Amino acid sequence: MVRASSVEIRKVNKFYGPFHALKDIDMSIAPGKVTCLIGPSGSGKSTLLRCVNFLEEYNSGEVLIDGELIGYETAGGKKMSSRRLREMRRTIGMVFQQFNLWPHMTALQNVAEGLIRVRGMAKSEAEARAADALEKVGLGDRMSNHPSRLSGGQQQRVAIARAIAMEPRLMLFDEPTSALDPELVGEVLSVMKALAAEGMTMVVVTHEMGFAAHVADKVAFMEQGELVAMDEPANILHHPEDPRIQSFLRTYHERNSF
Amino acid sequence: MFSWTTFWESFIPLLWAARFTVLVSGLGIVLGLGIGALICAGALSPWKPMRIFAALWVSFLRGVPLLVQLLLVYFLLPVIGINVPALVAAVGTVAICASAYISEIWRGAINALPRGQTEAAKAIGMAPLSQWTRIILPQAITMSLPALINELILLVKASSLVSVVGILEITRASQAQAATTFRPLEVYLAAACIYLAINLCLAGVGRWLEHRMAV
Repeated sequence: MVRASSVEIRKVNKFYGPFHALKDIDMSIAPGKVTCLIGPSGSGKSTLLRCVNFLEEYNSGEVLIDGELIGYETAGGKKMSSRRLREMRRTIGMVFQQFNLWPHMTALQNVAEGLIRVRGMAKSEAEARAADALEKVGLGDRMSNHPSRLSGGQQQRVAIARAIAMEPRLMLFDEPTSALDPELVGEVLSVMKALAAEGMTMVVVTHEMGFAAHVADKVAFMEQGELVAMDEPANILHHPEDPRIQSFLRTYHERNSF
Repeated sequence: MFSWTTFWESFIPLLWAARFTVLVSGLGIVLGLGIGALICAGALSPWKPMRIFAALWVSFLRGVPLLVQLLLVYFLLPVIGINVPALVAAVGTVAICASAYISEIWRGAINALPRGQTEAAKAIGMAPLSQWTRIILPQAITMSLPALINELILLVKASSLVSVVGILEITRASQAQAATTFRPLEVYLAAACIYLAINLCLAGVGRWLEHRMAV
């Protein structure tokens, strides 16, 4: 079992100029729990996710990882030092929609890089660990391939290996399967399921309602920068009370039926 | 009648003069790469005065012909009491002029990198220096290679302009040779062959480098 983090989001607001992207978001995620963020595009779910590791700077409110404020020294105060921010980010893994693998490095180098540069490991030790992480996502035989020689699903699994090799206590997934061909979605989701089963705290922005229904402990629905509801998956996905969620799911079902 | 003898004999003085062409363009590109890196860093700096300085540098040096820059430097330096050999002034001017183009080549390559590349590095807590040395520069340099080889070839040809400050490079030497042999066609054809040979070699080296650095 991994040592898993908790995430506490309190009254978080984010503006892009006059545009109010996140409106007073409150959210509480217990250690080891999987939370899926769903909602229409532009609803602020990716923005919220990116505030958790401060890739996106929220303007007010608090994001606490294991009770520790990220991004600012004090709530509403000045920004935390970049060194401190880097230390906090070491334990927060992130997986992106576009994988963001480094194309000039092999799969193994992509995974080992952080261990060498950030964790200060010797190259041989880092590569051994990286190989373990790649084995874990089922890519033990693809370690010396560059990303351009891997399928989308394989690339995303390398990206997950890159994150888990750093031994995170929290994993953020930003639409991890949205850029994949439909037949490659499953292999990524099954790696994520395995990670969830190990007790990792996961926050997942996704359009995969099946994953949300079966793996998530909580599903949060967002629209126009607001958190509309956060509840057990069944209460959001099967018996939603809010008309906005009903309308979103109707569109989703229409699109996915034939 | 085309005189093959004059054509072949022209190679001796012209190849001897080619050492200045190679020196001016070679040193020009090496120094230009260094200065260009600094100017590029200025252009990407979070500090506004640096960005303004870099923008002015690029605008002026790209906007004024190299020939005029050479004449300005050659006549200006003695006025302000600086006496340097013509060759030094020429190399310096070529390098500074090249730096303007090179800094733009690098700025373009760096800006062309998807933002996700550095976001992935930031997300695992990588320090800015490592982001630059491990993620940004290796990719930007590879991407900028074709444009840099282009710039180097342009420089080899532009180096003929340094003849105005009295440096006997290939073009200046061929003018002199044409005047003494009264056979301009043969001499200039020989000069063209030498330029072409140099630039084909550079293009070949460029291709080889690109191939080697490709992923």
